[in-house]
Amino acid sequence: MSFRFPSNEWIVELSRLLNESPSYESSAKDWEGDFVFVVEPDDGFAETAYLYLGLRHGKSTGGALLAAPDERPTEYRISAPFGVWRKVIEGELDPIQGMMMRKLKLDGNLMKIMRYPKAAKEIVSCCADVPTMWPGN
Amino acid sequence: MWTFVSPKIVFGEDALDELLSVPIRRALIVTDRTIRELGLIEPIADRLGKIGATWEVFDGVRPDPDVPTVLAGADAARSFEPDWILGIGGGSPLDAAKAIWVLYERPDLQPGEINPFIDLGLRKRARLITVPTTSGTGADVTWAIVLTDPVEKRKMGLGNRENVADIALVDPSMAAGMPPRLTADTGLDALTHAIEGFICTWHTDMTDGLCVHAAGEILQYLLRAVEDGSDLEARTRMHHAATVAGLGFGNAMASIAHAMGHALGSTFEIPHGRAVALALPYTLEFAARETSDRAAVLAARLAISAKPGEAGTRALAAAVRGLISNVGNPGSIAEAGISREAFDGALDKLVSDAENDTQMITAPRSPSSEELRALFTTAYDGNAVSF
Ligand SMILES: [Zn+2]
Repeated sequence: MSFRFPSNEWIVELSRLLNESPSYESSAKDWEGDFVFVVEPDDGFAETAYLYLGLRHGKSTGGALLAAPDERPTEYRISAPFGVWRKVIEGELDPIQGMMMRKLKLDGNLMKIMRYPKAAKEIVSCCADVPTMWPGN
Repeated sequence: MWTFVSPKIVFGEDALDELLSVPIRRALIVTDRTIRELGLIEPIADRLGKIGATWEVFDGVRPDPDVPTVLAGADAARSFEPDWILGIGGGSPLDAAKAIWVLYERPDLQPGEINPFIDLGLRKRARLITVPTTSGTGADVTWAIVLTDPVEKRKMGLGNRENVADIALVDPSMAAGMPPRLTADTGLDALTHAIEGFICTWHTDMTDGLCVHAAGEILQYLLRAVEDGSDLEARTRMHHAATVAGLGFGNAMASIAHAMGHALGSTFEIPHGRAVALALPYTLEFAARETSDRAAVLAARLAISAKPGEAGTRALAAAVRGLISNVGNPGSIAEAGISREAFDGALDKLVSDAENDTQMITAPRSPSSEELRALFTTAYDGNAVSF
């Protein structure tokens, strides 16, 4: 089974995989702070999508596709065009390098996030583990 | 897409004379007391005098600079209002100078907020010149700023590409007086930059050649510089190699040895270069067990070994261990003078600090917490890595 990106099913699956990852759990054991991933339109995807991911104390408290970004207030928001997200999920773009080149934009307390580089890496590797189906395929 | 940043680099004998053609009116010199006592400010001050510049010295930088230090430096800058900031020293004063410059330009920021993901908008009030007095850190040409969090005793990896210096004056005479131990520690730091810059996952076509060249030079000249400080050829080669390694790893990243070395440094106050080099061979062996062939490729380019994979990596690790031992540096945490009791007591913190170090992001093989614990233990005992 594969999950269309971006969709409610996809972010729910990511949340489930995080909860199965002992290395995510140990690297984020003190983490508190939810995310919204904003998927902006480009040639590959015509709409804007908001994916909510709840993260607390090494576990994911859930994932959901939101109708609007402020439907659930979150501490962090990462925005990028669809094609950039696809590169991140397929492991072609390191999201931290992407942020340095301003391809992904982060809103939120960066000082806190910089203290958890391993957790960030684990989330990215879980993203790559979600069997993903792309629009148009 | 990726970028390569560098100051204008003026190097070799009389590089300091470049100061005579820089339009400096008011210079804030950021340094430490040792550099001042060694008389290393004088050749700078002489030249500033010749061009009619006014200057003031902030010499409050201590080894492993912390947040209060750079805040005090930024206060000094705000009251003196320099149009140039001159960082003079080893890694600590140079990193402090970068942070002080950013905070002088951006009083709205806290030191911990200096990160690569924002636009700083520097160079409105001042510009930065760096003058390295050791041959190791490469901080003269990198944009990284390492500050110590004094409460948690943990090193914070900060910096932004904009805060790279405008001009680096790489004059070998400024490092010619280093005692042997400092020569060894800082030279091994440069070797670790060259090797980790080459093997890390952010290495690029623009950085590989710099790392190979620097590693070769250091393997060839460091021992000579340590054994005979008056060997000017060795001194000059080492001074240049440190800056070349800085350009290489500074535009890529470092890796696990720096993450482990930062943890060892802040926990046991082991000097930076001594700590990272000590960790390096173990981390190379660890990476080669599973993923990367990069260390073997480097071994081949350095004509150390033509064997691929683990065999080539072990040959490179052996060459590093050989140099560490020849310059009289510790090859294990035990040899660095840390008691078993102190090590055991600190192991949890070492593991958690290292795994949350920014340099860990670019590890060719990411260790789990258990593997990191095993790496520290193996590095304590001085055994070869077999996991
Ligand atoms: Zn270093």
